[in-house]
Amino acid sequence: MMTRSASHRFAVVTTVLVVALVLLVVACLIFGSVDIAARDVFSILMGDDSGNEAWNIIVLQSRLPMIVTAMLAGAALSVSGLLLQTTFNNPLAGPSILGVSTGAGLGVAIVMLAMGGIIGGVFGETIGSYMATLLGALVGAGVVLIILITFASIVKSSTMLLIIGILISYLASSVISLLNSVATEQGLHSYVAWGFGNFAGVSLEQLPVFGAIIVLSLVASLLMIKPLNALLLGTRYAQNLGVNTHRTRNLLLLITGVLTAVVTAFCGPIGFLGLVVPHIARLALNTSEHGRLLPVTMLTGAAVALLCSLLSVTSPHGIIPINAITPIIGVPIIIYIIINRRRINYFN
Amino acid sequence: MAILETHDLAVGFGQGTKRTTLLSGLNLKLEKGRMVALLGRNGAGKSTLLKALTCDTLPIDGTVEIDGKKSTDIAKRELSRLVALVATERIMGGAFTIRELVALGRQPHTGFLGRLSRHDNEVVDACLEAVGITDKAEQHVANLSDGERQKAMVAKALAQETPIIVLDEPTAFLDVASRIETMKLLHKLAREQDKAVLLSSHDISQSLLLADELWVITNDREVITGSTEQVVMSGAMDRVFGDKSIAFNGNLCDYEAQLPSVGSVKIKCDDPVLERCMVNALLRNGINVEDSCDKTIEIKAVDRIILPNGKIVGTVQEVIDIFQ
Repeated sequence: MMTRSASHRFAVVTTVLVVALVLLVVACLIFGSVDIAARDVFSILMGDDSGNEAWNIIVLQSRLPMIVTAMLAGAALSVSGLLLQTTFNNPLAGPSILGVSTGAGLGVAIVMLAMGGIIGGVFGETIGSYMATLLGALVGAGVVLIILITFASIVKSSTMLLIIGILISYLASSVISLLNSVATEQGLHSYVAWGFGNFAGVSLEQLPVFGAIIVLSLVASLLMIKPLNALLLGTRYAQNLGVNTHRTRNLLLLITGVLTAVVTAFCGPIGFLGLVVPHIARLALNTSEHGRLLPVTMLTGAAVALLCSLLSVTSPHGIIPINAITPIIGVPIIIYIIINRRRINYFN
Repeated sequence: MAILETHDLAVGFGQGTKRTTLLSGLNLKLEKGRMVALLGRNGAGKSTLLKALTCDTLPIDGTVEIDGKKSTDIAKRELSRLVALVATERIMGGAFTIRELVALGRQPHTGFLGRLSRHDNEVVDACLEAVGITDKAEQHVANLSDGERQKAMVAKALAQETPIIVLDEPTAFLDVASRIETMKLLHKLAREQDKAVLLSSHDISQSLLLADELWVITNDREVITGSTEQVVMSGAMDRVFGDKSIAFNGNLCDYEAQLPSVGSVKIKCDDPVLERCMVNALLRNGINVEDSCDKTIEIKAVDRIILPNGKIVGTVQEVIDIFQ
C-alpha cells in the first residue's frame, strides 16, 4: 500500500520523465549532423513530402530508429543494473562493472573473428550474420553470469564480488585484444567502432527483432516485482516468504543476461547506464520498492540514453562516442552516492 | 498437540565426508501459546538447529514435523504460512517504509503480482498495532533504532499469520531496555495470539524470566528441554559452558565469573541490593562469600562496615586489606 505522499511523488516523477522524454525525442529528431526544422520533421513523420528526399531518409531511416534504439537500450541496461543490484545484494553492481557487458563483447569479438571481419559495420548484411553476433553476445554474457553466480556463493563480501567482476572484465578485454591482434584490419576497425558505443547501429529492418526481445524482457522483469522486493530482505527472509530464491535468481539473471547481451551486440558495450540509472530512480522516488522503482528506472534509462545520444550527435566536431559521454554523467552521480551513503536511506 | 515436533533429528553443517554433526537424537516439541528460549554457548549449534527447524537446511538425520506433516513434504509456499522467521541478517531495503516492510509479510498470502487486498492491509495495520509501531509506519526502515527495526521485523513475521515464529537472536544488537521490551512483546504475542514462539538468545536473565520453556544446549552437545523452572533446577545451566571460570547463579538467574580467592568471609546485611553490591566488590577482589565461614562482617551502609574484630571501616578496600 502506498501512502499518499509516496504515490504523489511517483506521479510527479513519472510525469517529469514522460515530459522529458517527449522533449528529448523532439530534440533528437530536429538536431543532428543536419538540423531540420520542427515543422519539416513533423510533416515527414506525418507522411507528407517535405520536398527534400535526403531529409526524409535522415528522419525516417536514421533518426527515428536511433531514437527508438536509444530508448530501448537505455531502459534495458538500466533495468539490468537494477536487477543485478538486487540479485547480488550490492548497490554498486551493474552490467558493465560486473563484466557482463565485456563478456557479451568477447562473444561478439569471437563471432566477428570467426566470420573473418564483417564488412559494413558490426553486423553483416544478412540476418544470419547478425543473429550469429547476437548469439555470441548472449553466450558471452551468460558465461560471465555463471562465473559470477559461482563466485557469489564462495565470496560472501559484495565488494569482493565487484572486484571479481572487474577482474573478469580485464580478462575478457585481454582476450579481445588478443583476438584483435589476429583480426583483419577491416574487422579490427569495425570492432573498435562498435566498442565506442553507438545507438545508430540498428537498422530499420533489425529494429523489430531488437525491440521485441527487449520489450519482452522488460515485461518479464515487471512480473518479478514481488520476489524482487522479498530479495531485498536477503535470501533467507525471501525463502521464508515462500520465494523460490534459486529459481528467482536464475530467472533474474537470465533477463539481465538477455537485456545486456542484446544491447551490447547492437550498440556496443555501453558503460555506466546500468549502474547509475537505478540510483537516479531510487533518489528521485526515495524508495526501495520495485513496483515503483522498476518503471521509473525504465523511463529514466530511456531519457538518459536519449540525452547521451543527443549530445553525441550535436557536437560541431562530428559524432562523439556514447561511451565518452556516459562516464561524464555517471561518475559524478556514483561519487555523490558513495560520499553520501550514510544519509541515503536505501543504502542503510 | 505440538505444532512442531522432531523425531531423532540430527543437525550439523557441511556436506559429504566433510559433514559435521553438531546435535543428534533430538526429540523436541514446540507448543502453541508458549515461548521457548534456545540457549547455548557460541558455536553450540543454536542457529544450525533453527535453520533445520525452519527448513532452511535439510536435517542430517531424522525428521521435522510441522503441523503433523513431514517438513520434506511441505511446499515452500505452504511452509511460508506455517513458520515465520526473524533472522539476524542485515536487510538492504532501507528505503522501505515500515508499512511496506510489514506488508512483505503478506507475500505468502498474496497473488502472483503481490497486490494487497483490503484484508491484507487490515492485517498489516493490526500487526503494526500489535508491536506498537503504528506511529512509525510511514518512516523508512533506515531511520529506525535497532529496537524499532526488530519490532518491525516481528510485525513482518506476524503479518505472515503463521502458527510458529522463529527468531534467531532477536535481542542481539539491542540495549537492555529494547531487549526487555522485545522479549516482553514476544511473550505477550505467544499468549495473546496463541503463537508458538521459538527464539535463540544469549540473554540468560530475560530468557529465564520470560520464557515458558527452555531448550538448553549443553557443552557436551545434549539438548535439555522442559519448563524453565524444571530445566534450571535440573542443573542444566551449569553444563552450558565447559568452563570452570564461570558458574550459573540461580539467585541472579545469570552467569557470574569465578575468580581466584585469597580468603572468605560471611556477610550480614539487611539490604539485599547493598549485600549484592558488597558481595560483588569482595568477589572481584578475591574474597569469597560463604555462609559457613566463621569470620563475619556486618554491613550497615556502603561506608559503614563492621569487621569481625568490631572495628568500623568506611571502604571495601579496608576489608580486603585484612586478607593481605
